[in-house]
Amino acid sequence: MKIRVLYFASVREKLGRHAEEMDLPADVSTIAGLRSHLGARGGVWADALADSKLLRTAVNQDMVPPQATIKAGDEVAFFPPVTGG
Amino acid sequence: MKIAVQRDDFDAGLEIKNISRNGKIGAIASFVGLVRDVNDGAAVGTMTLEHYPGMTEKALAAIVEEAKGRWEVLDCTVIHRYGELKPTDQIVLVAVASGHRGEAFAACEFLMDYLKTRAPFWKKEQTPEGARWVEAKAADDDAAERWK
Repeated sequence: MKIRVLYFASVREKLGRHAEEMDLPADVSTIAGLRSHLGARGGVWADALADSKLLRTAVNQDMVPPQATIKAGDEVAFFPPVTGG
Repeated sequence: MKIAVQRDDFDAGLEIKNISRNGKIGAIASFVGLVRDVNDGAAVGTMTLEHYPGMTEKALAAIVEEAKGRWEVLDCTVIHRYGELKPTDQIVLVAVASGHRGEAFAACEFLMDYLKTRAPFWKKEQTPEGARWVEAKAADDDAAERWK
């Protein structure tokens, strides 16, 4: 299942990456699952996506909770709590 | 209704003037947010605002729709800037037109509170000690919570 993943602000900086296309393994179907899957890359990934880090996530540009499911073609984003205004 | 996410500055007076005029509108409440030169004890030289193009506009439109469901919002303008800003620069404008001031003030404050917790913008400050990402404040979550 192919998806697009985006990273913003401090997460983007830590990972040194803004976006990537990826092919999800069959056993990864939720935001929480994707977060662990990416964290398993180790190094900055383990650090930036650690459970202890307060992160927000969006699927197709709507904010969603960790248990939200992902389907083929989705745009998923990881970012810190927002600070606009 | 106007929603704009832009790098350029805005003229708040002109934007308010451009809000619809009709006999039903008796009040326009507006808020302008500015860059301060100090935050959490450090001097701020420049502030860079990053956003999530596409989601930002979608989130702002959803917040405006929610305000329209709660108050009489006859017209409304939301402008939020991104890119590099300096102290005293304008960051955001929210202006709401309604029949009476109570609804206009409430909708304007609601829009700002929700925007601060739901619109995907992130501030990075340049201080004498280096650059730092602004941390989200619990007070902002509390401010948004009170509208529930």
